[in-house]
Amino acid sequence: MNLGKFPYCKKCNTLRVFAVLAVVLLALPFVTDALLGRGWVRIADFALLYIMLALGLNIVVGYAGLLDLGYVAFFAVGAYNYALLSSPQFGLHWPVWLVLPCGAVLACVFGVLLGAPTLRLRGDYLAIVTLGFGEIIRIFLNNLNAPVNITNGPQGINMIDPVQSGGFSLGAAHELFGITLPSVHLYYYLFLCSTLLVIFVSLRLEDSRIGRAWMAIREDEVAAEAMGINTRNIKLLAFAMGATFGGLSGGLFAGFQGFISPESFGLTESIMILCMVVLGGMGNIGGVVLGGVLLVLLPEALRNGAGPAQQWLFGKTLVDPESLRMLLFGLALIVVMLVRPAGLWPSTQRRRELSDEDKDVVSQEQESVYDASR
Amino acid sequence: MSNKHLLLPMAVLFTAALVACGKSETPAATSSSPAANSNSADELVVKIGASAPLTGPQAHIGKDNENGTRMAIEDANTKGITIGGKKARFELLSEDDQTDPKTATIVAQKLVDAKVSGIIGHLNSGTTIPASRIYSDNGIPQISPSATAVAYTAQGFKTAFRVMANDGQQGKVLGEFAAKNLGAKKIAVLDDRTAYGQGLADEFVKSAQANGAQIVAHEYTTDKAVDFTAVLTSVKGKKPDLVFFGGMDPQGAPMLKQLRSLGIDVKFMMGDGGYTPKFIENAGAAADGAYASLPGVPLEKMPGGKNFSQRYEAKFKQPIQLYAPYCYDAVNVMIAAMQKAGSVEPAKYLPELAKTEFDGVTAKIIFDEKGDLKGGAITLYQVQQGKWQPLQTMGGQTAAGSSPAAAY
Amino acid sequence: MDIFLQQILNGLVQGSVYALVALGYTMVYGILGLINFAHGEVVMVGAMVALTVSRLLLAAGLPPLLVLLIALLIAAAVCMVLGYGIERIAYRPLRNAPRLAPLITAIGVSIVLQNLAMIFWGRGYLAFPQLLPNAAHTLGGAVINDVQLIIMLVALLIMGGLMLLIHRSRLGRAMRAVAENPSAAALMGVDINRVISLTFMLGSALAAVAGIMVSANYGIVHYYMGSILGLKAFTAAVLGGIGNLRGAMLGGVLLGLIESLGAGYIGDLSGGFFGSNYQDVFAFFVLITVLIFRPSGLLGERVAERA
Repeated sequence: MNLGKFPYCKKCNTLRVFAVLAVVLLALPFVTDALLGRGWVRIADFALLYIMLALGLNIVVGYAGLLDLGYVAFFAVGAYNYALLSSPQFGLHWPVWLVLPCGAVLACVFGVLLGAPTLRLRGDYLAIVTLGFGEIIRIFLNNLNAPVNITNGPQGINMIDPVQSGGFSLGAAHELFGITLPSVHLYYYLFLCSTLLVIFVSLRLEDSRIGRAWMAIREDEVAAEAMGINTRNIKLLAFAMGATFGGLSGGLFAGFQGFISPESFGLTESIMILCMVVLGGMGNIGGVVLGGVLLVLLPEALRNGAGPAQQWLFGKTLVDPESLRMLLFGLALIVVMLVRPAGLWPSTQRRRELSDEDKDVVSQEQESVYDASR
Repeated sequence: MSNKHLLLPMAVLFTAALVACGKSETPAATSSSPAANSNSADELVVKIGASAPLTGPQAHIGKDNENGTRMAIEDANTKGITIGGKKARFELLSEDDQTDPKTATIVAQKLVDAKVSGIIGHLNSGTTIPASRIYSDNGIPQISPSATAVAYTAQGFKTAFRVMANDGQQGKVLGEFAAKNLGAKKIAVLDDRTAYGQGLADEFVKSAQANGAQIVAHEYTTDKAVDFTAVLTSVKGKKPDLVFFGGMDPQGAPMLKQLRSLGIDVKFMMGDGGYTPKFIENAGAAADGAYASLPGVPLEKMPGGKNFSQRYEAKFKQPIQLYAPYCYDAVNVMIAAMQKAGSVEPAKYLPELAKTEFDGVTAKIIFDEKGDLKGGAITLYQVQQGKWQPLQTMGGQTAAGSSPAAAY
Repeated sequence: MDIFLQQILNGLVQGSVYALVALGYTMVYGILGLINFAHGEVVMVGAMVALTVSRLLLAAGLPPLLVLLIALLIAAAVCMVLGYGIERIAYRPLRNAPRLAPLITAIGVSIVLQNLAMIFWGRGYLAFPQLLPNAAHTLGGAVINDVQLIIMLVALLIMGGLMLLIHRSRLGRAMRAVAENPSAAALMGVDINRVISLTFMLGSALAAVAGIMVSANYGIVHYYMGSILGLKAFTAAVLGGIGNLRGAMLGGVLLGLIESLGAGYIGDLSGGFFGSNYQDVFAFFVLITVLIFRPSGLLGERVAERA
């Protein structure tokens, strides 16, 4: 990463930035708690979960260019896996270090299963099939309570064990060096570690042969095949990797919330995650993280701010804050995409494509992007 | 071109501004009176939190909940309540949980942070259950006016209460009424595959079978569907005497219409989800003869009930949708407990809440050891000449020991 | 047997509605290569506008059929303006942007329209007045009423009219040309922007008609009704082969039949293991199977391969 501020020592510069970032991230829950209230720490926890999901989807949509509208299915698989293995539903209470990887692997398997029929499909056909799979999984989860009660149907699974290991449970507050760490803070740190892990893996994948193969497929599948890339396996790998992150995130979510039901895993979620990836900047990890943060924070900020903002601006409430909130959110989506079609923080490649540097190159590259992702 | 580079910092600044705006107003009272947080001499500000879906398919019922709660708060302020020697002024903090469990937990945390003394909410079982854990962890008493899943009180939280009979109680009465009183021998059941609809339908099935009826069909739909012709045609083929639908009025009304237009002239019954004026309005001529139930005794027969509905209509310019009276009662139960304990501290008035014996507009409210309503009477209604008329009140059955649908 | 026939009829009625909405999706996709996620909300707006107009006119004492006609015209006009507006504001600036950008704006437009409808028309389910005679007829044991017959008839007429427009008129020729190769069409003197705008307006007018039909059939209007209908219609369009008008019609009718028969007979077919709670699964399952064997939909897509 070239930050160019201190030309005499780029390495020191990067280290400096990381140090600052680390301090900020570690202190965040306490600062937020003090300034804004514990509710915002919980929102931060959700933001981290969504960032993980967005990074997973980024692999499928951003790197490999496969439009997946059913991504939430993997989130659901991970969550239900955790719930079934650590709750009174089956009476199993497996340790978390076994359950979470199990969930990730299960989601990976589902990723391959769901990806397999889609290999011959292009663009919008792929979209509708993945959407269909997402819905199929949700409907199965909602109905597998008869004749054998597996998922407890619409009632959902309750009393899920919090993330705990040998007596240390994240569900209760703990004291460390005299500082009280409430449960939401503990979960924050856990999610932060997971997110950093996911970011690390994404970064390595991006710069690897596999990552480059994905981008080749995204740009021009025919050419990629001609260059000797096994498109079938690489595409399956994209689904599998993306699903794995989704499954991990789902397991953490189940432990965090203690209750899951099929309502949380609908099409709206998939679309929200897709918006995070595209709005933030497809294919760019920083952009995706930014997209995730903004799209989680914005509705919550609007929830808090829409009413008072109206009072301040107009002296009375013109429109119900609730209705206004989602309205402004939709407007924000439109405005951002109109002003920055490549996303708020696009990858350098995308930015080059969309700037007016070289019109012929741009239009050629545009066309190839246009075709390959069909 | 420079404006493009400004977009990112602008976006972040805008979001931060909104957050800050919200923070400086949290707790944002929805009334326009200035939020006087400090106790001025003899005045005690009591914050009551409420949560219901204010957007989404059930928004009309959620708003109704909020209206009922608000009316109770304003009545209490007008009456001038003293708690522990201080004059109390009540404030409502109302939040939208969008029928989404995740949003419900976020909203719950927000209300807890705002240091509310009690919670009226949520509306749906799917949101009430995850939120109840947060309230319980923080010791804030929660009274739900409408969540009927048995699992809610089966969790063992000391802070979880409800002022409405649960699915077990209601389904039992409905099944008995259908099989015994209406004499239906073959019953077709539909449910909308939500926690409420499925829970109620399953309890209904158990009770109807126990009373000698045969379930000839069990079909399903969703809580967003408008077309039921396929499943209804299938039901028609099984020739039932009565059709029971576990779900809410947005589905119930078109379902009944389609039932009639397919030429299926059998009795139609729903739970409390169908007992709304909207049901009659949307089902039109087909509504006549439909049955529904509502826990509690008919509002007109309760002291203060008729007065309540008249005042509600005058204030909100629309008839009561469904659960507003229960919200009203929930608030008053909470205030009564606070008065008895002489304090608004959750830890102090919680024991009094558990010992409540209160005459509300919906029923005489007594809680059992789990937080359920004791002796929940259930009234059955029928649409006659375009209005819901009470038929019969069954009940006095105790809630304790009713077998839960799928509880832990 | 009469049950089976009834299910077929149910499916055909549903399918006609899906076909109308799917046509709107497919026309836009054919020309722009874009999934117009906001299309379902345009249907909803059409229904809502028709509701308001009908209520006003009925209160003024006009005869129901006239009210219906006027409501139809006004709703179609409003939707056409809306469609034009959406295209100009949300899609045109993004013609050269990455493919997914207009998808996100479409989602944004959809959210905005839903919430605007919620603000203007309220949150509840609204009853649509009965404007058409609704006598029931029996046909071999199955029941069908006037409204449903009218729906199927109107759908057929519109489809026929659209086919005529596309294949026999200048505008239709221009639309097909732009769909096949915009640059070449521009070179041949076709005003691309005008054709695209007209396509959107036409699709939106169809959406208005579909919205009124749905409202008349079910008697209910709700600010949320567009999203599910839009999704199903999109599925239908893909099933038939997106970009292909005949495909959209076929896909729509087929999807209606599959849903109807699926909901009615899954229980029997699977020996009681699966019930009507899996009806959507069944529909998607059929879709996926079709797409595995015919990756471009039943009638293939009519957008040219460029590379």
